[in-house]
Amino acid sequence: MSDHHTSSYYLPSPSHWPIVGSIALFSIMFGAINWLHGVPFGHYLFALGLAILFFMMFGWFSTVVKESGRGYYDNQVDRSFRWGMSWFIFSEVMFFSAFFGALFYARVWGVPWLAGEKGYDTNVYLIWQNFKDVWPVFHNPNPGLFVGPQSVMYTWGIPALNTLILLTSGVTITIAHWGLLKNNRKQLIIGMALTVALGILFLYCQAHEYMEAYMDKGLKLSSGIYGTTFFSLTGFHGLHVTIGTIMLIVILVRCCFGHFDKEHHFAFEAVSWYWHFVDVVWLLLFVFVYWL
Amino acid sequence: MTDTTLNHDINHDAHHDEHPRLLKNPLKWAARWVFTTNHKDIGTLYLWLALIMFFVGGAMAMIIRAELFQPGARIVDPELFNQMTTLHGLIMVFGVVMPAMTGLANWQIPMMIGAPDMALPRLNNWSFWILPFAFAILISTLFMSGPAPDFGWTFYAPLSTVYGPPSTDFMVVSIHLLGLSSILGAINIIATIINLRAPGMTWMRMPMFVWTWLITAFLLLAVMPVLAGCVTMVLADRHFGTSFFNPAGGGDPILFQHLFWFFGHPEVYILILPAFGVVSEVIPTFSRKRLFGYHFMVYATVAIAAVSFIVWAHHMFTTGMPIAGELFFMYLTMLVAVPTGVKVFNWVTTMFRGSITFETPMLFALGFLVMFTIGGFSGVMLSLAPADYQYQDTYFVVAHFHYVLVPGSIFGIMAAVYYWLPKWTGHMYNETLGKLHFWLSAIFLNVTFFPMHFLGLAGMPRRIPDYALQFADFNQIASIGAFIFGLSQIIFLVVIVRCILKGKPAGDKPWDGAEGLEWDLPSPPPYHTWMTPPSPALIIDREAEAG
Ligand SMILES: [Cu+2]
Repeated sequence: MSDHHTSSYYLPSPSHWPIVGSIALFSIMFGAINWLHGVPFGHYLFALGLAILFFMMFGWFSTVVKESGRGYYDNQVDRSFRWGMSWFIFSEVMFFSAFFGALFYARVWGVPWLAGEKGYDTNVYLIWQNFKDVWPVFHNPNPGLFVGPQSVMYTWGIPALNTLILLTSGVTITIAHWGLLKNNRKQLIIGMALTVALGILFLYCQAHEYMEAYMDKGLKLSSGIYGTTFFSLTGFHGLHVTIGTIMLIVILVRCCFGHFDKEHHFAFEAVSWYWHFVDVVWLLLFVFVYWL
Repeated sequence: MTDTTLNHDINHDAHHDEHPRLLKNPLKWAARWVFTTNHKDIGTLYLWLALIMFFVGGAMAMIIRAELFQPGARIVDPELFNQMTTLHGLIMVFGVVMPAMTGLANWQIPMMIGAPDMALPRLNNWSFWILPFAFAILISTLFMSGPAPDFGWTFYAPLSTVYGPPSTDFMVVSIHLLGLSSILGAINIIATIINLRAPGMTWMRMPMFVWTWLITAFLLLAVMPVLAGCVTMVLADRHFGTSFFNPAGGGDPILFQHLFWFFGHPEVYILILPAFGVVSEVIPTFSRKRLFGYHFMVYATVAIAAVSFIVWAHHMFTTGMPIAGELFFMYLTMLVAVPTGVKVFNWVTTMFRGSITFETPMLFALGFLVMFTIGGFSGVMLSLAPADYQYQDTYFVVAHFHYVLVPGSIFGIMAAVYYWLPKWTGHMYNETLGKLHFWLSAIFLNVTFFPMHFLGLAGMPRRIPDYALQFADFNQIASIGAFIFGLSQIIFLVVIVRCILKGKPAGDKPWDGAEGLEWDLPSPPPYHTWMTPPSPALIIDREAEAG
């Protein structure tokens, strides 16, 4: 099949998958907000939307896999996919920058100004005179509205372990990639399986950490700016690890079916790029959220 | 490569140039538009959506101006007035200018760079078809119990967090969807330009319209995710107990403004850069000269985009920033005038000693040139931090951004539509009606927006339904201008519909001074174009010809 190269760019026929995807997104979003507002159909619509979304992704990607298997995609199409994925990851980086920006703003300006430091005797300072610029913020300006945490996560416990897990998973996925390039199926599949296992292990540790934060430390999403930045950053990262792990599982299954060879494995590479991106975000999280 | 034609399944079901008709076969007709993966179809969809939303957002502007015709709360409640200003802004930005520009990109970029379609055609369909759902959610807020979003299109915290009506949550998810659509669209455009240029179409031979869109797509990818993060924080503060923007929990409402304007300032370049591109195509055509200083135009566009990331806090001079911050953002903002000035200089110099004719696209381009520059000047005034303390939140700001958006972005879009409509439909539009449309628009937008400068300098605040008596005269003039401007847009609709239905055959190249590859194609172009890339000689010769 790989000899079926045409010099022209593959143009797909009309497709119903995008509109199915739009209906899914609409149901998810509209359902979620109605759910938040306590409207009875909200959570059903939300769940239905998720189901449609998975159906759409399965259908859309199956079509692409089929077309790829038939050799419709030349190198130029392959490059379009690569550019597409790269720029998508760039947009994800910018999404995380918004939350890192919020963290840096709070630590460098927001909290010190609230405490009346840096020459800013603002009226806010006059309202909450007891507020001190200490990070992590254990005592919020208004402790009645936002109860601060008793303590925060210990850097060199689970967070350090999670760092080790993710870094190792970056190595195992590279080993799998080498296996693919050498046509060594065993190395490929073992490498991928290990990566998936490490992803799941990471998520387990993260869930454990969240339980500990909520149950023992009183560190919650609602415990002021520390909890807000802590949970939003680690939470969105965890969501991306979850998505990444699901993608890794799909790729593992496809490896078992023998979908990839030395030349044609864009999907494998796309997922590994995504995984490395998630990895790098974690390193930044480890340094700026847990450590410093 | 010379003789290869496409042999894929596209040829079986979608390659025919005969399309199902609405009246004969409505289901098939709908299926064509909903399932299409063709860049021309998708471009058409974007442009129609933008036109419809133009009238929706325009109707809201009419309500605003009707209320402001006289002092006192007369026609609508203050509550509805605030909803109108909010939705008018959101719709005009996200529903009109952005989709229209993306529609132009879809139609033109593949034809101009010699590509068979967009790089990722199915994704292209999805980028468009997210939009109707997003706007359904946004507009549905008008019909909910309780008000629609009523805090201005900038939805500052705490107005949108602590004090926002329940419908705010729907606005948030609508913005999520709009952002996703823009991101996917931008990915497609950027991949197309990087990867699908015909052989010989080197970077520095790319038409300016393609260059400006390349940079716009990059800006979209950089800032739409930040906006998504920002609205996510609004939602979290409203429902999940976070305190991003709540000082009681250690957050800061000013953080909202930083995030919003980190998106918002590059956003104004997202709205204007493609219009720069259009004008850079139209002025050379009707001056019958090559674009003066092409290379500098490219560098200036890159420079504007780069600086746009580090000027956002000029929207926040009165928030109590440290003085060093005020100076930093003031000087950098003034710096933007340099590359923008380069562009205006180059457009004017392109016309110098050209044999100029004044068809409708050229009129709109010239209107752009003069009036966008007025908006640019008031922008320089606003960039002065001490002066901005006076202008902040007054009608002067409203006048400023309407001058860059209406005769800027909107005129750019109109110039593009008149310029390429003969290519798209195969018919010439009615030149008399086109000119009437231009003159009515150009005159009455000035009647509408110029008095707003005076109102603002005299201290009239923006976003209020009622005002002090001394502002009445200028408000009445502005309202009359707005009504006539609004009505004259119906001419635009008439011209477009007539041109689609009938008109003199346009010929492949209706403008004798036009240069781009799109003019080598028939009018209307077949459903698929450049299935075999144009020969490199075709691209390179043009350059040699110009000398
Ligand atoms: Cu700005």
